[in-house]
Amino acid sequence: MILSKLAGRPVLLAAGLVAALVLPWFVYPPVALDIVCWALFAAAVDLLLGFTGLLSFGHAAFWGGSAYATGLIALHSGLPFPVAVLGGAAFAAALAVPIGFLSVRLRGIYFAMVTLAFAQMVYFIANQWRDATGGENGLQGIPRELFGLDLSDPFFFYYAALPFILGGLFAAWRIVRSPFGRVLMSIRDNPNRARALGYGIDRYKLLAFVLSAALSGLAGGLFTVGHGFASLQGVYWTTSGQAVMMVVLGGIGTLWGGAIGAALIVELNDYLATAGFEETGIITGAIFIVVVLLFRRGVWGTARDLVAARASRARPAPDNEGTKVEASV
Amino acid sequence: MLQQAFNGLVGGAFYALLALGLAVIFGMLGVVNFAHGAFYMLGAFGSFVLLDSFGVNFWLALLIVPVVLGIAGVLLERLFVHRLAPLDPLYNFLFTFGLALILQDLVKRGYGVQSQPYPRPSALDGSIDLGLFTYPTYQVFVLAVSVLVCGAVWVVLTRTRVGMIVRAATERPELSRALGIDVARWVTPVFGFGIALAGFAGVLAAPMRAVNPLMGSDLIITVFAVVVIGGLGSVFGSVAAGFAVGLVSALGNYYVPSLSQTLVFILMAAVLLWRPAGLFGREEAL
Repeated sequence: MILSKLAGRPVLLAAGLVAALVLPWFVYPPVALDIVCWALFAAAVDLLLGFTGLLSFGHAAFWGGSAYATGLIALHSGLPFPVAVLGGAAFAAALAVPIGFLSVRLRGIYFAMVTLAFAQMVYFIANQWRDATGGENGLQGIPRELFGLDLSDPFFFYYAALPFILGGLFAAWRIVRSPFGRVLMSIRDNPNRARALGYGIDRYKLLAFVLSAALSGLAGGLFTVGHGFASLQGVYWTTSGQAVMMVVLGGIGTLWGGAIGAALIVELNDYLATAGFEETGIITGAIFIVVVLLFRRGVWGTARDLVAARASRARPAPDNEGTKVEASV
Repeated sequence: MLQQAFNGLVGGAFYALLALGLAVIFGMLGVVNFAHGAFYMLGAFGSFVLLDSFGVNFWLALLIVPVVLGIAGVLLERLFVHRLAPLDPLYNFLFTFGLALILQDLVKRGYGVQSQPYPRPSALDGSIDLGLFTYPTYQVFVLAVSVLVCGAVWVVLTRTRVGMIVRAATERPELSRALGIDVARWVTPVFGFGIALAGFAGVLAAPMRAVNPLMGSDLIITVFAVVVIGGLGSVFGSVAAGFAVGLVSALGNYYVPSLSQTLVFILMAAVLLWRPAGLFGREEAL
């Protein structure tokens, strides 16, 4: 019982907050920023995958689309970075409306393929519309300053960006805990029942899709300002895959698990890059396969189940083979 | 203009071959194979390596590579895909995504990102006079072969006993099982066959397209759009949509070059608005 109380929210939330606050003291600051940006991106993807039962393989469109929008606003308007970043998130949300409208009517694997295809369309547009996006060169020299305050030092920019990341994570958490989130979960578990109860499930799914896109856009915008450039890499489909990979590694349907997945993957990629190993797909792909084959609950999900099992040792542990997505099919 | 249409059909031949493999694998196993493009790439690299290191010519490669990849596909299905099959289809999608990353980066590590040269087989060098215009012989050959292969698969599926079983198991696996058909026995060879087709397309692509590790990853997204347009469960729809998309993109490229790459996705959006299950898909498949 004590353990299960320890696993309760306040302690863990405080631990997570402390970890986020001290991260750039222990990790190279640009990498720390990457971790928190990807953590928010992963949470946004999990909002759909884990809580609505929709695997989006096209969220690069929102992360990368917002990267361009944020970069363009910051470059051409001279407005401070928070405005640019929020503008990017709004752009991502607006982009998600038509894409979501067409996609949410499809289920499971169809949804994944169609979102992937739409994201690729965004990629091609970004690639060809050179006047606006810079094509292969991307957008460069995106300013990092706030009312004359120079934030080009990654260490300081990390703390300037952190409130937005935490705000985004809090929003995701509130969405999941809200009555709206409960409806999403009921759609995930049994769409027909949710419809029979009178919920317009496509409208709920679309709203979840747009919210998820806005949070992804927020993360992508902060990532872009932090690095000072936006590139085609951000809208490429491997970016979508990477976010899904972090969610699966951390644990689908756990929201916080994505942050752990993000930290592990970003650190791994950074380590491999410093070691001069460019073909990171060999390692990350292998990890992904192992997780999908043997470890489907992910790091966070497994840890949570272990704690829960210990707390209720008297009763046999529930058989949770597979994760919550399965309920969606 | 007519020549553009012909270009489109040749491009569509690759879409059709890949979409056909994807469709039979999906129909039989319910698996969307993300690694399909990677196997296409392996097919092209396989023929390059066979020629470069062993002096094996194009015609033998056209035979050897699909067989080897087909066997690899059978092993893959037995060892991994099979285990994930009872779970949510998303897990196999994610599994094959990881596999695609590994295959692509393994080849990249071995050969770099530069394109490898592959000469046209001497018998198919030069061009043919098609009456209205002359056209490279090799491209005509590709088109003919892929039409032939798709046609042969069609005949096997509709006219033979094996085809009947596969179609039955594809469209109504539960009912087929209830009627005493051992669906599980056909799943593995069908998976291997789909992979072999992707490899076959790769060998065909080697002499006319750049052989590099990334050649499959961009193509596969377009092929996904193709099968969505055709209807994911429909073999006929996938092939027809493959050629149609090739044709539309080539003509689009001719008239509105700036739209060339996005046209197929615009087409997909339009089809989805009109028929969410694809042109030849069944609504219930959603």
